[in-house]
Amino acid sequence: MNLAQTQAMIIFTAQKMVESEPTLTSLDQVIGDGDHGIGMKRGFATVLKQLQDPTFHAKDIGDLFNQIGTKLMTSMGGASGAIFGTLFRAGGKSIAGAQTLSSQALSEFLNNGWQAVHQRGNAKPGDKTMVDALAAASQTAQQQINQPLPLALKEIAKSAMAGAEQTKNMVAVFGRAKNLGERAIGHVDPGAVSMAYILQYMSEYISQ
Amino acid sequence: MRKPKKLLNDPNNVRREVMGGLLYAYNGKLEALEDYCAVYRTNINEQVIIVSGGGSGHEPTFAGFIGDGGIDACALGEVFTSPSPDQIIEVTKLVHKNKGVLFLYGNYSGDGMNFDIAAEILAEEGIVSKTLRGTDDIASAPLERIADRRGVAGIMFLYKIAGAAAQFKNYDLDSLYSVVKKANQNTRTIGVALDGCALPQSSNFNFELADDEIEIGIGIHGEAGLRRQKIDSMDKTVTEMVDRLCADLPFQQGDKICVSINNLGSLSNTELLIATKKVGEELQKRDITIHHLVTGHFCTSLEMSGFSISFLKLDPELQALYDLPCKTLGWRK
Repeated sequence: MNLAQTQAMIIFTAQKMVESEPTLTSLDQVIGDGDHGIGMKRGFATVLKQLQDPTFHAKDIGDLFNQIGTKLMTSMGGASGAIFGTLFRAGGKSIAGAQTLSSQALSEFLNNGWQAVHQRGNAKPGDKTMVDALAAASQTAQQQINQPLPLALKEIAKSAMAGAEQTKNMVAVFGRAKNLGERAIGHVDPGAVSMAYILQYMSEYISQ
Repeated sequence: MRKPKKLLNDPNNVRREVMGGLLYAYNGKLEALEDYCAVYRTNINEQVIIVSGGGSGHEPTFAGFIGDGGIDACALGEVFTSPSPDQIIEVTKLVHKNKGVLFLYGNYSGDGMNFDIAAEILAEEGIVSKTLRGTDDIASAPLERIADRRGVAGIMFLYKIAGAAAQFKNYDLDSLYSVVKKANQNTRTIGVALDGCALPQSSNFNFELADDEIEIGIGIHGEAGLRRQKIDSMDKTVTEMVDRLCADLPFQQGDKICVSINNLGSLSNTELLIATKKVGEELQKRDITIHHLVTGHFCTSLEMSGFSISFLKLDPELQALYDLPCKTLGWRK
């Protein structure tokens, strides 16, 4: 997948993320502040505007992701802005210079991105955060590096969603859900669902 | 089910309109970095700069404590959302005096990460900072995990101490950090809610309480408290809150403390004063001296109905700083 195609894929993903706001908001009203969907919508609407601006220019795939990350970080605020911004910035920097998005490059993006997210917020798998979806996606991506990108993305998205689903059974360590204790069990983490959605929409686009 | 009702212009433009309101309310003593939704006070001396920030919706916290004897600058986040790093970075670069910066804000994961990112980037540019996170909410974690506690209305005491120390006593960054850390260790808050609040964009309340219920230990974003219970008399409710506060530090006989009785949004002043009376009586009963008491709106949660009680235990250093004047929108002394 070349740079222009990758940019088109992110535009599609950003549109779908904006449309997902009501779902994410209702998930967050159960266990969070109720602002997660609104924040994601704000972030991805800004990314959409950025990528559709005729003057926008990315040098390569890494730079594209890095610039998206900076936009998310500066437009969203909140824990989500810091986390999703860090994922795209650190993941993007790790594949600087890549002219095509291969399964290998995507795997490096996810793996380095998740390490950086862990360093930023200290969340590890099992803490009921977006890391549960991201770490699962990163692991699957490593197993899929020899597969064609559409197939790899399909598997990655599937495992991210499974990772998000698993947060249902977890007690939260961060955020408002932490204070709910056992009461948060039975509800998915909205951030994990967002992470899974991003990969799912990327997969949907590439499989079209 | 009752629906939230707000008189707004654009639910997505609340923080900018709040910023505009602050500029008028400060009558020229406040300036804005419009593009970054950040504000700062005019005429800052050569001193350590105190920068705060946090989600909108808690007014006058956080920006409303900028002023003489208060903090110096503030980044305004969207409602209930921490500001982003560039807001913090740009306002800090604009106002700092090369004497260091104290980042002072409530302990929430989003604020922590965004201020940390800002601090890292500022450090690369040679701007030195230290960070202190208010952790006064006793309902948010047990005492042995005090560093996990949220920061709520007690942060006004930290602003008061910090502002006085930096502006009037020229504390350097290290000693400023130490004294504010001590004040934080000496501050405790607990809240109670009668009703929920709703984000401007939302048609649902963040949480709902039955008509005959209250929630003890509520957080300022509607975080779950310690217990939901049938509504009780004000006296019984306040007695439990004061008991819990006194046990947590502990505040004991002979102590001298400052007290704030904070309206979380839409409680009546009538009820707030009845609460205040009972807090005073409970402290008198325990032979704890009230050095100074304030009652009003200091750290709100949109339209949440309820109040919180904060105590700051004084020592000679804290008392000397506390007694210096303070002229901010949120609090004058």
